[in-house]
Amino acid sequence: MSLVGARERWVRTGGIELCVAELGDDRQPTVVLVHGYPDSKEVWSEVAVRLADRFHVVLYDVRGHGRSSAPRPLRGGFTLEKLTDDFLAVVDAVSPDEPVHLVGHDWGSVQSWEFVTVARTEGRIASFTSMSGPSLDHFGHWIKRRMKRPTPRRIGQLLGQGAKSWYVYLLHTPVLPELAWRGPLGKRWPKILQRVEKVPAGDYPTPSLPSDAAHGTWLYRDNVRSRLGRPREDAYAHAPVQLVTPLGDAFLSERLYDELETWAPRLVRRTLPAKHWVPRTRPDQLAAWISEFATANEGRKAGTPAPEPVATGRYADRFGGQLVLVTGAGSGIGRATAFAFAEAGARVVAVDRDAEAAARTAEMSRLIGSPAAWAETVDVSDEQAMEKLADKVAAEYGVVDVLVNNAGIGLSGSFFDTTPEDWRKVLDVNLWGVIHGCRLFGKQMAERGQGGHIVNTASAAAYLPSKALPAYSTSKAAVLMLSECLRAELAGQDIGVSAICPGVVNTNITSTARFAGVDAAEEKRRQKKSARLYGLRNYPPEKVADAILRAVVRNEAVVPVTPEARGAHLMHRFAPRTLRAIARMEPPL
Amino acid sequence: MATAVAGELAAELRGFREVQRLAYTCAEAVAAQLKPGVTEREAARMQRVWLRERGVRDWFHLPFAWFGDRTAFAGFRIPLQFFPTDRRLEPGMPFILDMAPVHKGFTADIGYSGSLGPNPVQDRLLADLEAHRELILREVRERRSLREIYEDVDRLMTRQGCANRHRAYPFGVIAHKVDRVKERSWSPRLFGFGTQSLKGLASDALRGHREGWSPLWSPYTFSDHPPRPGLWAVEPHLGFRGTGAKFEEILVVTDSRDPEQSAFWLDDDLPHVRRWAEDK
Repeated sequence: MSLVGARERWVRTGGIELCVAELGDDRQPTVVLVHGYPDSKEVWSEVAVRLADRFHVVLYDVRGHGRSSAPRPLRGGFTLEKLTDDFLAVVDAVSPDEPVHLVGHDWGSVQSWEFVTVARTEGRIASFTSMSGPSLDHFGHWIKRRMKRPTPRRIGQLLGQGAKSWYVYLLHTPVLPELAWRGPLGKRWPKILQRVEKVPAGDYPTPSLPSDAAHGTWLYRDNVRSRLGRPREDAYAHAPVQLVTPLGDAFLSERLYDELETWAPRLVRRTLPAKHWVPRTRPDQLAAWISEFATANEGRKAGTPAPEPVATGRYADRFGGQLVLVTGAGSGIGRATAFAFAEAGARVVAVDRDAEAAARTAEMSRLIGSPAAWAETVDVSDEQAMEKLADKVAAEYGVVDVLVNNAGIGLSGSFFDTTPEDWRKVLDVNLWGVIHGCRLFGKQMAERGQGGHIVNTASAAAYLPSKALPAYSTSKAAVLMLSECLRAELAGQDIGVSAICPGVVNTNITSTARFAGVDAAEEKRRQKKSARLYGLRNYPPEKVADAILRAVVRNEAVVPVTPEARGAHLMHRFAPRTLRAIARMEPPL
Repeated sequence: MATAVAGELAAELRGFREVQRLAYTCAEAVAAQLKPGVTEREAARMQRVWLRERGVRDWFHLPFAWFGDRTAFAGFRIPLQFFPTDRRLEPGMPFILDMAPVHKGFTADIGYSGSLGPNPVQDRLLADLEAHRELILREVRERRSLREIYEDVDRLMTRQGCANRHRAYPFGVIAHKVDRVKERSWSPRLFGFGTQSLKGLASDALRGHREGWSPLWSPYTFSDHPPRPGLWAVEPHLGFRGTGAKFEEILVVTDSRDPEQSAFWLDDDLPHVRRWAEDK
């Protein structure tokens, strides 16, 4: 089986034998992983091995699933009360003295909500991480509230979740589901998971799937109608809760958790751009969040108050703990982006050819919420240096979750004034820098197979022709098209690619820009003049950074930022001739 | 003759130094009394009362107090937003106290940054301000144009990763001239500014306009002139994502040929300067 090195034991409770597997040192804090439907404990195998070096990891097959025995008769044998008995029996066996950190997925989370809200488990649970499984009581209240005061939005939410719950109705029909699971559905299920849910092929699901799924139908039949009809009024969580919401879940609407703070006051929210089976598709991220949350609550248990979360950014639920690499992070848009990710709690690698500036970005990032931030001094146009950086980042910090290829230089001047050397320089940084970034870090992302996002900073110049910026615009147009092509190629691997096209943004790109065809004094003057003009426009790089985070969250393809960039984008589509006329004008420098 | 002038100058500076110290003492006293729940209005009133008790009757401007992200002037569009509000102080919040009392005819204008409990971001910003104090003095001694110095300060702030927040002040000034003010029994205030001081500033502006200089040290062309002898209240103000820090103190500019004597900070024994010395 895939749980290599697991110690097995059997726990007897209420006439049932539960198969329990343990990994890791049992003197470490205990994490109990509860599986869902139609699964067995092996759904957690990827997450469990990642947690085993820091925790005592315990997994068990829920009654009737995997190698645990099933109750006789099945009807009435799967009530939440009985499942709570099982949980307590397992916990008493594996961690008799210390409370455990509970983690549940799907039906494992549904039952864990019961464990964490009933009085008899108080003091036995140190923390609870829930994914894709609401409390039936909370769900019942959620429905009631919407039925009682139906507004158009609430009706929409009800209908939306109602449509996503189609399988629940089917599972309530007698016999048919069992026949289907033991017959054709059970045979085809692994393929369906791979195709529809993008669960990687391998040793999951296990051969016990048909009987797991058939027995598991009683989870629904024994609990759903009774709990949704008469939800408990006192279903308040007595342990801190972390809620992980996969945004692409086909079975559960994220709206279900809108009022969760009333039931779980110390709620930490996390979101993932993934489908339902996150323990299979995003084990790295889950293991990181589980261990972070469990460790924080271990501290609370030990008497030291858990530190207040410093990351207060808008997207802290999405980027908390993720690894973000930004090139050109020593100034301008890159630095503002690094700060925005830091505020959202991401770990930041600030890359810049200016060592001092990169170090500064990393230092300030740590101050505003980044749990860890590093500075790397690399010229993005240097292939070898970039390869070395990729190796170092992978070895020391991990696989990058969000890559921002932002480094760029300015070059202005007519085509015939632009020397081959100028061309080489601008293409090396603006285009080759992006290519190296995508090639090296994108490859690591794709090989990990757990999604990610690449942001390339193009420019409004990518679609806005101008006789003053031939080389720069060419390089940025290439970045834009590269992003679009890469987006198509990586879509199948859940890696999003966005091209950001800012217009005139107040950064120091103007004071380092090269002006071809003029002497040094004139170049200085033009740099100064353009810096002043950009200063007058005064569009802050922070707003571009916000747009970048938004683009990652929404997985947007092309994002023009600033009104002039958006206007030009529209004209590029609908009035290209006007743009061509504008391109002939001399810029006021 | 020369000694007489020097003596006069020394006596004058002593007067300014005393009122600046008084204002900083006030800031420290009020800062020590700040507790969670105190509002900006209350903090401003505490400063006013403290200084009134010690003989201050006129103001260059009434005391200001900014808490939380208002220290970085987040979302400030109109000057009325500078006035104290009912925002309450919370643990960990940064604050800035800014006051400009007139005492015995001498004006001071000071800014004091602090936080209620530790605030690492503001600590960092306060530490960063040291470089600006050195930069400004050095370039004033080099007799660089005020506008250029302003731009250099701006560049240094950008390098430090911070935003220039003194740009939010009226005319975007980093400094303005202060002078002696006639003590009148009645000095009304216009938008928080003492009319006597405004009168002084206006007459300076008029004279400067004729002679090609300005009592306001701004990023605009009217500040494109070398430093003008006199007393300048310099107030570089750093902002970083909802946290701000500043200091404000008087820089003395003279027409002496000796660079050391041509410009110097009126007083080096101030809270922020002591703080930098302690950190070393």
